[in-house]
Amino acid sequence: MDVAAILPQIFTGLVLGMIFVLLAIGLSLIFGLMTVVNFAHGSLYMLGAYFTVFFLAYTKSFWVALVVAPILVGVVGLAVERLLIRRLYGRGPDDPLLLTFGLSLVLIETAKLIWGKIGLTLDPPRALAGAVDLGFMAFPAYRLFVIAVTILVLVGLWAFVTRTDVGLIIRAGSRDPLMVRALGVDLNRIWLLVFGIGCGLAGLAGALAGPMRGAYADMGVTMVIESFVVVVVGGMGSLLGAVVAGIMMGQVVGLTTFFAPKLAEIMVFVVMAVVLLVRPSGIFGEEGLAE
Amino acid sequence: MKSMTRRTFLAASGAAAGMAATQGFFPAVLRAQGEPLRIGCPLPLTGPFAALAADMQRGAQLAQDELNLKGGVMGHKVEVLFRDDQLKPAVGAQRTKELIENEKVQFIVGGLAAHVQMAINEQTKKSKVLFISTSQSDEISAKPDTSPITFHEALNPTITSRVVGKWTCDNLGKKWWIIYADYAWGKQNNQVLTDTLKANGGTLLGSTPYPLGSAEFSAHLPKIQAAKPDVLMSVTPGADNIAFLKQARSFGMDKQMKLAQPLLWIAYLKEGGPELYQDVHGALNWYWELQDTIPTAKKFVEASMKKFNMPPGDYGAYSYSGVMEVARGVELAKSTDSFAVADALRKSPTYDHFKGKQWWRTCDNKSFQDMWIMKGRGPGKTKGEWGLADIVARVPADEKYDRTCAEKGFA
Repeated sequence: MDVAAILPQIFTGLVLGMIFVLLAIGLSLIFGLMTVVNFAHGSLYMLGAYFTVFFLAYTKSFWVALVVAPILVGVVGLAVERLLIRRLYGRGPDDPLLLTFGLSLVLIETAKLIWGKIGLTLDPPRALAGAVDLGFMAFPAYRLFVIAVTILVLVGLWAFVTRTDVGLIIRAGSRDPLMVRALGVDLNRIWLLVFGIGCGLAGLAGALAGPMRGAYADMGVTMVIESFVVVVVGGMGSLLGAVVAGIMMGQVVGLTTFFAPKLAEIMVFVVMAVVLLVRPSGIFGEEGLAE
Repeated sequence: MKSMTRRTFLAASGAAAGMAATQGFFPAVLRAQGEPLRIGCPLPLTGPFAALAADMQRGAQLAQDELNLKGGVMGHKVEVLFRDDQLKPAVGAQRTKELIENEKVQFIVGGLAAHVQMAINEQTKKSKVLFISTSQSDEISAKPDTSPITFHEALNPTITSRVVGKWTCDNLGKKWWIIYADYAWGKQNNQVLTDTLKANGGTLLGSTPYPLGSAEFSAHLPKIQAAKPDVLMSVTPGADNIAFLKQARSFGMDKQMKLAQPLLWIAYLKEGGPELYQDVHGALNWYWELQDTIPTAKKFVEASMKKFNMPPGDYGAYSYSGVMEVARGVELAKSTDSFAVADALRKSPTYDHFKGKQWWRTCDNKSFQDMWIMKGRGPGKTKGEWGLADIVARVPADEKYDRTCAEKGFA
């Protein structure tokens, strides 16, 4: 197999990986700080896509929709944390898991009621329609845009977590919440913020995926499973792990599709099993955190 | 993933049970006016085939209305009961069983997706209820799966792919790549297309399976692009079709090769829009513009415009015809006994409900019918909201396109 054929494949896998990264980093952020396994993440991804369709129709501008839709999903996240999840703190990880799982079903059925059982399609903006010649292949301009946006968001997130006071508290809070509280920090507000940001990232993933895959109520069902795989492989709670594992899983799907298309869906789980055998807490995971 | 689907399933079953409870209540009132003729119609009302299923629901409703307007069938009011099979074989079998045992339907018309209709068929055979399948499958009208009370109204992969395969070979190019949904219908089409291509002197550069219900095709595309086929033949049913075409076009493949598929679906042409389907070739079993030349088609389109303000689609035509055939069979047999109705249909096999003459082949209860090779019209060339495709060629019904009775296991 010559390299010229593999290069386009790697590039294609990169886009798949970017969507995984955006979903996984939100999941990991929420888990790392709050030890909440957010099963509604896939449904928020779906909401991101539908909100984009809605605002695109309403404002006629994809750019407005791309900014407003994720923010709105983030606001939904804030409401979920404040009204539902907050009541379950201190009750072990199972209760929030069940709650968010139930919530995901409610959101999926609600989406079917509002937007119909038949999915909606949306197009990338005119400026990003068509393909760009990369020399080794013609690549869709919109997919390049997805890579660029994801990198920008990741850099922004990294700066936020490492360079701001709030980021400092988030990092400290995920290490030792009791100590952070003892120092007089109101962690409830931090948790609210982090949950909102995590959900907003899921919304952004959905908004970006919409013009590629369309919007339909079940679109998050398999995505949330695969994103959990990414989080587990990367290490629960590790942001760097989510990025590395997300990109890796994009490549796993892309390359398996190239060599053995029938195995593409299963391979993700095979890789997870192998990684967990070698490193039970994931590539960048800290031991004991997931227990 | 397992627990997720089980949960979703339970939730949906709960909702369906609730619906069944309310629906079960009303017919009791109707019974006072004499037993209605009840036809069960399981369809994938949710999932990637939902748009086609909605079309089929409308088609069956049109048949029901038309029959009742004429005073019913032998004085009995016709009632079609719809259930959501969620595109899952087990759910399809369960819904069919409930329709027969709880709702006391006398016939089943419907099913969409090769694998689900097989599950429905297993149930109708067990319950000895006549089933007119309205979805493509090669196995449904062949041994060992078929039965004397299993009828197949739709085209099948053998017929469609032999016809479209040959036409594409002759007109679009002889070097192909095939991408197909990895389930019964997709696999059957891939096989027949491959055989037809080779029989016509063409070359298959490659063939790629993908999981049905996929929304992401990008990882498949670079390999196909590198192979440089003349024709990219996509066996991507339902919503997959839109996602596939969008992504193939975004990679610029529409400029490098011809796009063809065994079938087009008007519901998806409408949803995807003319730009997406411009110059995409494929077959249709029915297209509403046939009303210009076929009298029964005109009547069918007018009824649909009146009730739903849109013309009937290709799969809606199947379910319409299926319900009409049950009614015709009951009237011929003067009985609602499934075996008597089946015999009656085989004895007078010719019918014309909406698109010209069709007939049941008596060995395998397979409907033979005209089909049309179509091409997406492209922006600026569409006629009204639904005039989305040009008829390129009419292919008159012919038993030679299907496997012979002997090949299908009938001695």
